[in-house]
Amino acid sequence: MDWNFIIFSVVKVAVVFGVLMTMVAYSVMAERKIAAWIQDRPGPNRVAPPFVKYIPVLGPFLTRIGFFQPLADGLKSFLKEDFTPGGVKKIYFWLAPAVAVVPALMTVAVIPFGSVMGSQKMVIADLNVGILYTFGIVSLGVYGIVLAGYAANSKFPFLGGIRASAQMISYEIAMGMSVIPVLLIAGNLNLSGIITWQATHGWLICYAPISFVIFIVSALAETNRTPFDFAEAEQELAGGYNVEYSSMKFAMFPMGEYAAMLASAGMMVTLFFGGWTLPFWCLDQPAHSLGMGLAHILVFIAKMLFFMVVFIWIRWMVPRFRYDQLMDLGWRRFLPLALANILITAIALWIWS
Amino acid sequence: MAVIQDIEIRDSAARTAAAAEELQDVQGERMVLNMGPSHPATHGVLRIVLELDGEVITKADPDVGYLHRGDEKIAENMTYTQFIPYTDRLDYLAPLASNVAYALAVEKLLGIHEKLPPRCQYIRVMCCELSRISAHLLGLGAFGMDAGAITIFLLTFTEREKIYNLAEAASGARLTTSYTRIGGLMRDIPPNWCAQVKQFCDEFEVALAEVETLLTRNRIWVDRLRDVGVVSKKMAIDYGLSGPNLRGSGVDWDLRKNQPYLCYQDLEFDIPVGSVGDSYDRYMVRQEEMRQSVRILRQCLQKIPGGWGNEAKKPVNVADGKITLPSKQKVLSSMEELIHQFMLVTEGVNCPPGEIYFGHENPKGELGFYINSKGGGTPYRLKIRSPSFVNLSILGEVLPGCMISDVPVVLGSLDFVMGECDR
Repeated sequence: MDWNFIIFSVVKVAVVFGVLMTMVAYSVMAERKIAAWIQDRPGPNRVAPPFVKYIPVLGPFLTRIGFFQPLADGLKSFLKEDFTPGGVKKIYFWLAPAVAVVPALMTVAVIPFGSVMGSQKMVIADLNVGILYTFGIVSLGVYGIVLAGYAANSKFPFLGGIRASAQMISYEIAMGMSVIPVLLIAGNLNLSGIITWQATHGWLICYAPISFVIFIVSALAETNRTPFDFAEAEQELAGGYNVEYSSMKFAMFPMGEYAAMLASAGMMVTLFFGGWTLPFWCLDQPAHSLGMGLAHILVFIAKMLFFMVVFIWIRWMVPRFRYDQLMDLGWRRFLPLALANILITAIALWIWS
Repeated sequence: MAVIQDIEIRDSAARTAAAAEELQDVQGERMVLNMGPSHPATHGVLRIVLELDGEVITKADPDVGYLHRGDEKIAENMTYTQFIPYTDRLDYLAPLASNVAYALAVEKLLGIHEKLPPRCQYIRVMCCELSRISAHLLGLGAFGMDAGAITIFLLTFTEREKIYNLAEAASGARLTTSYTRIGGLMRDIPPNWCAQVKQFCDEFEVALAEVETLLTRNRIWVDRLRDVGVVSKKMAIDYGLSGPNLRGSGVDWDLRKNQPYLCYQDLEFDIPVGSVGDSYDRYMVRQEEMRQSVRILRQCLQKIPGGWGNEAKKPVNVADGKITLPSKQKVLSSMEELIHQFMLVTEGVNCPPGEIYFGHENPKGELGFYINSKGGGTPYRLKIRSPSFVNLSILGEVLPGCMISDVPVVLGSLDFVMGECDR
């Protein structure tokens, strides 16, 4: 075994996990804050530990933007009573929250979040079948919801679980199909390879815009966000699959949701928006210095946050679909569209090459 | 309603129903789902027992009465005037309109409902229209929220806040207004009230346009509402629907036009009517009604007798000492007024024996008061015909064939309020 590899991998895993979890926490804050701005209200603006008020300027500012809200939310989740209702299937009931979070975290493993720092590639696992891996893992995420719905032994969660499974088969095929033109154009399944291709040829959004549209809609469905949050659907199923959950077990579901959002934002950036590259300031070449490496990571995170904002923005602006309408969308609009897209892309490539 | 026609829609609801029909032969187990009494979409305490085949509803049984307070029985034990605060609690989204409806009913019993001072009539009409806007705004906000568009709720509440301010300026209370009295009003409107109403009208039209840009032609919104919860013309009449729900089904019936009361015949306004009777039509009817209410408000502002400040001291109460309270100064200085005050407060307004029914076009529909009087200051029997109760009776017929997701949409489009339904 190469000790160097092991140590650097562990460091990378730890750092990525830490950054991701922080981002998850602050995505929740961003969600609440952006929602508040959209709706003309202040949003979270008063939670702060006691010492903060003694810090001049910065303290009140952080309090006002709700900087400490995630800490309070997390603490609250941990301290609340963890109630297990009678008649639940305990193993699945305990397993479901974990299953909801883990796949979202695992997806991030193959996404290159930077070029190189020193001699280390800024990706946890540089798989040559990165995309296949991502789709395989992402599909697991829905099992968390299905399990939660099934295990809770209650009717509303049950319906939520059924909806989640029906929803998954509708969007996932279209999602997989939508990426194929990207692979055809870039000629690579490796995500780092796709980014390198984009650095020389330009971002793939210019080559496969239809793929991107299908992908972003499917990503919304995959992360259970409005307009596709049928499994949760507070106004219909009163919270759906998570009705019977409390405390940290409940908090795992939103965590999984936001982690999945970050992962799909990362995927979108990688597949369609050039990953860590920018077409100017020499940012499209692998870094030669630590500073440039850091700049690449920041570029990647900035792009990712942009898509997070888009996700949040969409959530607060549109009503929810009905779940048969999503199936309609998935099977009758997006699947034919994606197939046609593949065909046209293939023909175009054949003509030009 | 020309706007609706040019949107091209595919009816996924009809397809769902067809798919459900295909599955009729498949032996499946029915599940009973108890929706409510505390469920986010049931706006209070409506309980619907749903029988489900998958997600398709095969039977729906609305169960009301969780908010029953016995208002009708309470009315038998108090004077007519004392019951006014209870009308605030009927439709608590439009208390001013309920106040007016009740006062008009008692005035009809007294035979003075057409002889009210003109200024009183205009103020009452303005109150009614303001509360119509307020109720429709909440209906719209809650409707949007039920369909998943949460931002609408906050937008509409910003506007409702202004109406609450107006109610507070007029009556001193924001929610429990109790603004009317038998034969008049609690007091005249404050001098700057009309200016505030005008300002509200201007701001409201902008806000409504903003809400419309978010919803009316939004594909998801249209898809969710179109062909969902269709109430045919015949069904609507058979079930006795009233208000926007009746007009959404294409029946041109508005008590403000068909049985004019107050000064409505002096005002120009149109009655919007739907064509299909689905949730979208009901939504559009409400939107248009709000615009018509603004139109009425603007006319009232122009025509109000005595002007905005009422420098001419036009009365707002009937000049009859046996019906309305005399001024405090008169009470302290004159024997006759003192006796009137004493009798009105202790015995109540002395109504003639007889029975009357008065229907008022409330935001939710026809709010009717049936009063059976044996003479004296207390009703022998008071029956409230609450529009929400009647409108909800159609649920059992409309919901089967819908999916669970359609339940909030249908409920939101029927726009009920349980305080009034259960009274």
